[in-house]
Amino acid sequence: MPAVTETRETVEKLAKSSYEWGFETDIEMDIAPKGLNEETVRLISARKEEPEWMLEWRLKAFRMWLEMKEPEWAKVSHPPIDYQDAHYFAQPKKKPGPKSLDEVDPELLKTYAKLGIPLHEQALLAGVEGAEEQKRMPVAVDAVFDSVSVATTFRKTLEEAGVIFCPISEAIREHSDLVKQYLGSVVPAGDNFFAALNSAVFTDGSFVYVPKGVRCPMELSTYFRINARNTGQFERTLIIVEERASVSYLEGCTAPQRDENQLHAAVVELIAMDDASIKYSTVQNWYPGDDEGRGGIYNFVTKRGACRGVRSKISWTQVETGSSITWKYPSCVLAGEGSVGEFYSVAVTNNHQQADTGTKMIHLAPNTRSTIIAKTISAGKSDSTYRGLVRMQPKARNARNFTQCDSLLIGDQCGAHTVPYIESRNMTARIEHEATTSKISEDQLFYCRSRGLSEEDAVGLIVNGFCREVLKELPMEFAVEAQKLLQISLEGSVG
Amino acid sequence: MSDFLKIQGLEARIDADGTPKEILKGIDLEIPKGEIHAIMGPNGSGKSTLSYVLSGREDYEVTSGSATFKGEDLLALEPEERAALGMFLAFQSPVELPGVNNANFLRTAVNAVRRARGEDELDAVAFLKAVRAETKRLSMSDEMLKRAVNVGFSGGEKKRNEVLQMRLLQPSFAILDETDSGLDIDALRIVADGVNSLRGPDFSALVITHHQRLLDYIVPDRVHVMAKGKIIYSGGPEVAKTLEKQGYTQFLEAAA
Ligand SMILES: Nc1ncnc2c1ncn2[C@@H]1O[C@H](COP(=O)(O)OP(=O)(O)O)[C@@H](O)[C@H]1O
Ligand SMILES: [Mg+2]
Repeated sequence: MPAVTETRETVEKLAKSSYEWGFETDIEMDIAPKGLNEETVRLISARKEEPEWMLEWRLKAFRMWLEMKEPEWAKVSHPPIDYQDAHYFAQPKKKPGPKSLDEVDPELLKTYAKLGIPLHEQALLAGVEGAEEQKRMPVAVDAVFDSVSVATTFRKTLEEAGVIFCPISEAIREHSDLVKQYLGSVVPAGDNFFAALNSAVFTDGSFVYVPKGVRCPMELSTYFRINARNTGQFERTLIIVEERASVSYLEGCTAPQRDENQLHAAVVELIAMDDASIKYSTVQNWYPGDDEGRGGIYNFVTKRGACRGVRSKISWTQVETGSSITWKYPSCVLAGEGSVGEFYSVAVTNNHQQADTGTKMIHLAPNTRSTIIAKTISAGKSDSTYRGLVRMQPKARNARNFTQCDSLLIGDQCGAHTVPYIESRNMTARIEHEATTSKISEDQLFYCRSRGLSEEDAVGLIVNGFCREVLKELPMEFAVEAQKLLQISLEGSVG
Repeated sequence: MSDFLKIQGLEARIDADGTPKEILKGIDLEIPKGEIHAIMGPNGSGKSTLSYVLSGREDYEVTSGSATFKGEDLLALEPEERAALGMFLAFQSPVELPGVNNANFLRTAVNAVRRARGEDELDAVAFLKAVRAETKRLSMSDEMLKRAVNVGFSGGEKKRNEVLQMRLLQPSFAILDETDSGLDIDALRIVADGVNSLRGPDFSALVITHHQRLLDYIVPDRVHVMAKGKIIYSGGPEVAKTLEKQGYTQFLEAAA
């Protein structure tokens, strides 16, 4: 039919629009030699001036990693990764104490500008004083430029509230007891191949501690950037929220274009005590590779939250548009009675992107509840799999799960798969699963276009509508950015 | 005669599971600026097809004939270009857009058309003001603006939503495809008022209907009878009354 041909042509045309944020910042780097061995691990630990226990912890993880195999079960394929052909440490060269405006490299600020980091946040990054006077929702930005946190802002406000928000390397030195107690307690070093690798060589990331009864006075935001050729990224994030405390954490990513695949293997651990709540939102937009899939980011991430306390709550919201290969299952372990786990996700794949994502909800305690809303959009020749595990353990009396997976296909060369794993070991537990697959119909496109919308705008509108239930979970700060991102990534994908 | 809208020998077909099906078999129709014409005809005669072909739906293949609108070759334009040029179609079956907020949809459409016509876009405040005035006129609740486009709307609500879009997009030529079907008499009056109040030298319309009742409210300048892909009779408003009393048979026989 002519309409279908037309659509495919449009898809192909649109798929050619290039990655807007593909650029590279020229900054002096302090780079470790390529390769991964115990010496690399020692070098990282020494550069970070870590205590002895941390080095031991890393070495133990490294030895476990040597014994492990890359997982093969995920429905993705890629050329073998040569772990010896990468730098494991890269740090912009600069004077110690980069706290003041003058010391911020102008190249860096230019990068932020190109990435479209909102002006007020640039101001925060550049000079805290003036920015703080702005009467608006405060956002603390702990910018990770490559492997090193270059600027941390709003420290003071957070300190007054008793909230610790700092680079994890700093936490390892200055809040050693907390880190020692919780690091690896949710994602053990030997949890999986990529987690072990991360545990051995992680170079930076964020640490958050919210004490009892404190509602964190601002959204915490970290922008991860990858900016050095062949530098694997091993971020480590640890968030601990004590009784009756709460925090909302935002993570966003864009990456400069490059021609070799880059490995990213982050680990995120969340811990929520009694009546605590953690909202973790991600808008992820790493370089997905060109039309042929060359040069994209490999994103193998382990994200897990532990609802340790009664009535605690952990909510993951993510909008994923980037990466060449994504392998990611933000999960909740519901150990506290009446605790709540939520997962809201939009995953967009285009061209040759592959995504294997989903969540795991592990119900250990009575009256625990979980909700999973997963929206998958596939375009071009991409392939997307939703993989969700809901497990009700014997003690999970009256536990409940509701899962809804919706796939939207754009064009006829892409695929979407839904693989639910349901394990119930408690008769009183209830699990509901709904799944739909749909296409953007010619009727819908024509209806929009007859109202004056271009085909691209029509697709953007329909896709945003499809994702609405997830987008509305995002903090305001991110919602607009996320919609823009969907539109951009579908310009490179839909019809 | 002006050449505001001029259709000549228009033939169109659709690919029905591999076999081409001829639907429009030579339509000749002229609608001058400022006039309202009606098309009546039995189900399946090709009325909706004509409205789709005029507004640019791609499933239909035009095999012969021409259509010009304001001097432009209508058939060469994309649907959104036709909208920008002033064409509007109120759908017989309005399409649902799940999750797409109705107000957001309306504003996106209005601003897309305004941009294309070289007019300033409406900001949120100006848009809201414009939309409120229209919903009031059409006795629509504000609540309908918050819902997803056409999702869960009753038949009547959908039709009113079409008229709302028409009024906001300010077309110079509107096709209303059975906008009256499924409406009770009050709704019918409201819809008719929505059309009549646009009447003037710069607004033309093609009203497709089965019922003479609508034409009591929107009195057409001309009435065309369509059957089997052709216009078989044209006359004044009285044609609708004849049809209502005697059915299509005499027209069909006369044409045979
Ligand atoms: N997409 C389609 N596929 C196959 N046949 C169609 C399609 N659209 C319309 N038709 C056929 O074309 C004829 C005219 O339809 P339509 O234009 O909807 O008539 P009307 O609006 O006058 O009732 C009918 O016989 C209908 O079945
Ligand atoms: Mg019809």
